[in-house]
Amino acid sequence: MDLRFTPEEEAFREEVRSFLRDKLPARLADKVRHDQRLTKADLEEWHRILNDRGWLASHWPVEYGGTGWSVVQRAIFEDEAAKAHAPRIVPFGVSMLGPVLIKYGTEEQRKTILPRILDGRDWWCQGYSEPGAGSDLASLKTSAVRDGDHYIVNGQKTWTTLGQFANRIFCLVRTDPAAKAQEGISFLLIDMDTPGIEVRPIMLLDGEAEVNEVFFTDVRVPVSNLVGEENKGWTYAKYLLTYERTNIAGVGSSIAAFERLQSLAGSIRRDGRPLADDPLFAARMARVEIELANMATTNMRVVAAAAGGGAPGAESSMLKIKGTEIRQAITALTRRAYGPYAQPFIPEALEEGYNGEPVGPEDAGAAAPAYFNNRKLSIFGGSNEVQRNIISKMIVGL
Amino acid sequence: MDFRHSEDRQMLADTLRRFLAAESPPEARNRAAYDAPGHNAKVWAGLGELGIAGALFPESVGGFGGSGFDIMVVFEELGRTLSVEPLLGTLMVGRALMAAGGRPALEQIVAGSAIVALAHQEAEDGGLATTAIRDAEGWTLNGAKAVVAQAEAASLLLVSAVAEGRPALFLVPADAAGVSIRGYANIDGGRSAQVQLDGVRVGADACVATDGAAALAEAEAAGLLALSAEALGAMDVARDMTIDYLRTRRQFGVPIGKFQALQHRIATVLMEVEQARSAVINAADAFDHKQGPARDRVLSAAKYTIGATGQLVAEEAIQMHGGIGMTWELPLSHYAKRITMIDHLLGDQDRHLQRYVALGKVA
Ligand SMILES: Cc1cc2nc3c(=O)[nH]c(=O)nc-3n(C[C@H](O)[C@H](O)[C@H](O)COP(=O)(O)OP(=O)(O)OC[C@H]3O[C@@H](n4cnc5c(N)ncnc54)[C@H](O)[C@@H]3O)c2cc1C
Repeated sequence: MDLRFTPEEEAFREEVRSFLRDKLPARLADKVRHDQRLTKADLEEWHRILNDRGWLASHWPVEYGGTGWSVVQRAIFEDEAAKAHAPRIVPFGVSMLGPVLIKYGTEEQRKTILPRILDGRDWWCQGYSEPGAGSDLASLKTSAVRDGDHYIVNGQKTWTTLGQFANRIFCLVRTDPAAKAQEGISFLLIDMDTPGIEVRPIMLLDGEAEVNEVFFTDVRVPVSNLVGEENKGWTYAKYLLTYERTNIAGVGSSIAAFERLQSLAGSIRRDGRPLADDPLFAARMARVEIELANMATTNMRVVAAAAGGGAPGAESSMLKIKGTEIRQAITALTRRAYGPYAQPFIPEALEEGYNGEPVGPEDAGAAAPAYFNNRKLSIFGGSNEVQRNIISKMIVGL
Repeated sequence: MDFRHSEDRQMLADTLRRFLAAESPPEARNRAAYDAPGHNAKVWAGLGELGIAGALFPESVGGFGGSGFDIMVVFEELGRTLSVEPLLGTLMVGRALMAAGGRPALEQIVAGSAIVALAHQEAEDGGLATTAIRDAEGWTLNGAKAVVAQAEAASLLLVSAVAEGRPALFLVPADAAGVSIRGYANIDGGRSAQVQLDGVRVGADACVATDGAAALAEAEAAGLLALSAEALGAMDVARDMTIDYLRTRRQFGVPIGKFQALQHRIATVLMEVEQARSAVINAADAFDHKQGPARDRVLSAAKYTIGATGQLVAEEAIQMHGGIGMTWELPLSHYAKRITMIDHLLGDQDRHLQRYVALGKVA
């Protein structure tokens, strides 16, 4: 047993840190630190900076422009980036579609699509969920019917994150309505500007429209946009989901959020003393801190097993559940730390350059929206209930 | 023992429920709640015609109710429709004025014709810092009050301030010179404001209590009961919406309520909401039949219970709805927000748990 990183890994960590010190714009880190809303341009800017350094596609092999990092290096990078308050890397192209194309795409698709992901020409979004197909994704109904060298797509996707920024969408579509649910699904790449596509924003409870409905009416998609084989899409979709859940524990960003909570509790005063000296609040923070330390090690155990060739199965579900629960607990405590000042909500204050006089302590107005928005963590990427089903199925086997 | 409400009180609740269902359905409520002025003048006027404010006060001051259970039924109904009408101000200011000896303003408040706000919470932690200085003609107030509910809509503010070493209470017209009200929307609907008092001059008669500690305690007690009841009403609805969703939403070919993982959780929600109802009943009873620390302890027990249960109910309701539970369009999400934010008002669950312990040593 040795919990230390190797000297090489420590050297790598230093390299990442110095890169972040030099290249992560303070403006972006500030926005992340203060829970301000990132614009499309902000996300693209960080994307470009990483790509310039060759560090954008940490999951891809070197030949396609990836880093070729080990899982441990990846974990170190994600950790450090989160602690430095770097924006997240928009996952849809880099972390989701990229790995699928590398494993299942044609060489032609890899050559044309991967570079466009890296240099930011394409912004992908994920068209899996439908109104009737959430947890039961395989019941999806959006259909693709072959017509010469095109598919004609009809149906509706929903919850499409940042679809308003995207020019391309990868979709699961039903190509064989007669087959068993999982067996008639194909994985299709679609240009968002094809006639017949309509994107409508969905406003969430915090007033943000980060998700969308996407409607397809007789949308003609070239057959060459099919990934892999027709009716094998479920296999690719599942492969992608395992990538969706990498770094799902989000240890780095939870540590960053916890450190913010700690300093907040040290500076906010309640009943004549710092909130951190309130025994009940201190106990609540301590419980989360302990859970977080435990999870950091659980996470590294999984990473180490994966590095040694162990296959993450139930483990990725476990990390997803624990990681999201801990993150949600931190956002709940942050909300509570502000007391009555969590109630005022000035949406403009979440935008960069807001000059209005703040209400209450710094960032007070961001805490409740962040808490409500983060309810999503236990719902998407396979809900935490579904993850528990996966774990129990694996261990009980019934 | 009889756990039914009296016939009169039940009629009041039914009338209020019908009125709010008709006049303040979710869409109309949201419009009023999230746009200026943060409430609906027509609904407020309608509540006045129904005499709802009067139900919160005893006959001695012109009302027709005023018991703990009257307050409970009114605020439970307000919670059921997420009403943002400024009745909490009515109740708290009215109760303070009752304790302080009554004033002409109290008549307007009980009649439901004036909107009033309690400006007690200080902008900075550390106790009452707003000051009042007496001179020959009256008083001069200076200070800053925080997150004053519905201050923009109010014509009168009841302001607490240290005067001659004691917490005094002043009735200040909202448009008095030196009063600045900076309003904003709340995450859960309705509007609040920062209230700045810069050399505000008021006459001698504006001081309704030179020692307002007891009056503030009355206001707070009523406020705790009202907020707890409001949360209870909102939780009842959120629970019912979730039960309904478990019956109708289908995944994997069955209603999701078929999944035992969810069955046990909705059962827990149901149990905890019933416990919370009992906590509010205890509080309403103590409001009428107990005094001092013994009463306040039961009120803290209720507010603690409501805070803890509220987070459970709000989070579980959203979770069991899946993605749709997070949407603005679904009324449920607004219930979740209000239930959650009530824990931030008049002290959260931790504060009341500790107060419960402290009062236990006194009582
Ligand atoms: C903010 C946000 C962003 C999203 N972004 C995307 C995106 O970019 N692309 C995309 O395709 N999708 C996206 N999703 C969709 C997300 O994947 C789904 O919301 C999720 O799969 C759950 O589906 P549902 O919302 O239909 O809930 P449902 O599946 O209807 O679930 C309702 C409740 O039932 C529970 N449940 C369901 N089945 C079972 C079971 N068998 N056992 C126990 N409990 C069960 C669920 O856990 C949940 O609590 C996003 C969702 C959100 C909220």
